[in-house]
Amino acid sequence: MIEMKNKTPLLFIIAALLALLLGVFFGLFASLQYIIPDFLKEYIPFHKMRPFHVTTVISWIILCVTGSIYFFITHIEKFALYSKKLLKTHFVVFIITAIGIYVSLLSGKMEGREYLSYTPILTIPILFGWILFGVNYYKTIAKNVKNWPVYYWMWATGIVFMIYHLCEAHFWLIPGFRERFITDMAVQWKSYGSFVGSWNMLVYGTAIYLMSKIKRDSNLAHGKMVFFFYFLGLTNLMFGWAHHTYIIPMQPWIRYVAYGVSMTEWIVLGHIIYSWIKSLSIKDKQEYCMVYRFLKAADFWVFINIILALLFSIPAINFFTHGTHITVAHSMGTTIGINTTILMASVFFIVQKILPSFKTTTLFIKRSYYLFNIMLFLFFCTLLYAGVIKSNWMYFTKDIHFSEMQDSLFTTYIAFFVFGLGLAISITTLSLTLFKALFKVLKSN
Amino acid sequence: MQNSTLLHLRTFLSSMFVRYRIIIIVLITLFAVYNICIYSTKESSTFIKLSSQAVSGQQLWQENNCWSCHQVYGLGGYLGPDLTNVISHPSKGSQYVKAFLNSGIKSMPKFNFSEEEKNAIVSYLKHIDSTGYYPNYNAVFKPTGWVELKYKYNDRNEK
Repeated sequence: MIEMKNKTPLLFIIAALLALLLGVFFGLFASLQYIIPDFLKEYIPFHKMRPFHVTTVISWIILCVTGSIYFFITHIEKFALYSKKLLKTHFVVFIITAIGIYVSLLSGKMEGREYLSYTPILTIPILFGWILFGVNYYKTIAKNVKNWPVYYWMWATGIVFMIYHLCEAHFWLIPGFRERFITDMAVQWKSYGSFVGSWNMLVYGTAIYLMSKIKRDSNLAHGKMVFFFYFLGLTNLMFGWAHHTYIIPMQPWIRYVAYGVSMTEWIVLGHIIYSWIKSLSIKDKQEYCMVYRFLKAADFWVFINIILALLFSIPAINFFTHGTHITVAHSMGTTIGINTTILMASVFFIVQKILPSFKTTTLFIKRSYYLFNIMLFLFFCTLLYAGVIKSNWMYFTKDIHFSEMQDSLFTTYIAFFVFGLGLAISITTLSLTLFKALFKVLKSN
Repeated sequence: MQNSTLLHLRTFLSSMFVRYRIIIIVLITLFAVYNICIYSTKESSTFIKLSSQAVSGQQLWQENNCWSCHQVYGLGGYLGPDLTNVISHPSKGSQYVKAFLNSGIKSMPKFNFSEEEKNAIVSYLKHIDSTGYYPNYNAVFKPTGWVELKYKYNDRNEK
């Protein structure tokens, strides 16, 4: 076990795992209302459960990637952090804000919008936390590294754009802006698309960092090709959001731009991971078995999502998939299949570093890993099927009510719940195992 | 302290930023211009602003998380139907919406909106309805994969 003087990065990761468990629980609860519509609907109706699920799952991604970055730069790279006080303040600000968000959601003060449904005032401490992170990160890296590898660029980009798009997502608070309904709606979804692109920068940066560390090859993050892909990803973050809004009657040029740049992001990461796996030695794979497995799973999900994303970035296909569960399948495939698997790889890597005696290749962990991937695949397919049925109802049937279409999907929604339950079980077992290891380190020294 | 910050900044600028400065400058400039265009572009020559009553309706829509279950232009939740054109739908309309608001159905709980609040929500939905069509049944498909949407304001101008 390595001695840790500063354990705040681990606190971020523990908070993230807790958010993951809670988020999965909220999601499962909300999905019950698809099969038992009257289930506790007067007390915890779907419209109140969904914000809990969405906010908590986003918190998992943000807290885990933040904790991982802090851990990598202080404990793996062994850089002296610019300010430990800023790090602690960042953690405290995020935790107090998280409590504030739950109070806001519980008390029904949900004046915000999708993804950021809590009372908008709470965005101020969130922004403050990101600024603290940005200052601490930049000061630390600029002092210690001259020739930044691509992952440092990606993390820096993610932090800067996260701050910008968080602000952009609240433009609706400007009275004159919210009156222009179409522009307001387009900007809302622009900010959400780029907000996701920003955390993807942070998560993909983490994936590349892990690969270069496992392979012990710093060239992996320095080559011209890697930077070419980084800039391609950045272009996508900046201009590729509008495929989400093809169907909104905006000016056509906005849609043309989106069509041109959309969805190259998946190719970016797919190419890098594919090249890495091809060149990885058996020894590396064995030493970081679970890290390797999770990154390999991310690779699989990248390819699945490339196919789906490339298809619905074509307006003629998007026309039929937009507004259906196919979009949900894509977001589940990316947030669980790609983001969560990369972050799981990151937590396994951290646990292996701080607690070498921790066995990651037990049958229990392996089974949980396979259950996770199989259930996610079935969950994903169920959503695709539901999307096809909804699209068919929208465009190729007449005089059939929405409720009749929903009733025809009853069996599909049962399958959706069962696979979701399987997914929740696997995530719980993996998270609790990691929890145990992290707590052991936290209590020691 | 200031000297050390300047030194870091200089080191940073002289390494990666200089290597890729053209790409970075081009991207940031394009991003700035693009954003200004998006924020200031009017969606059409006859675009309609939300009235104060519709803004109140929008506030109620947000406070009650209507977007959790319902969609507008296919964006939102999946438990309830899309409401983009619910007002102009031949068999639905304002009274239909008002009836559902306080009675609830299946997974939709009963709300306790006052008549004024119900009117505000209907006003908001009316404004949404006037902006366009969803689903856009009369869109034109091009061999390139492009889809030309049918715009409602064009229809209004033609009339």
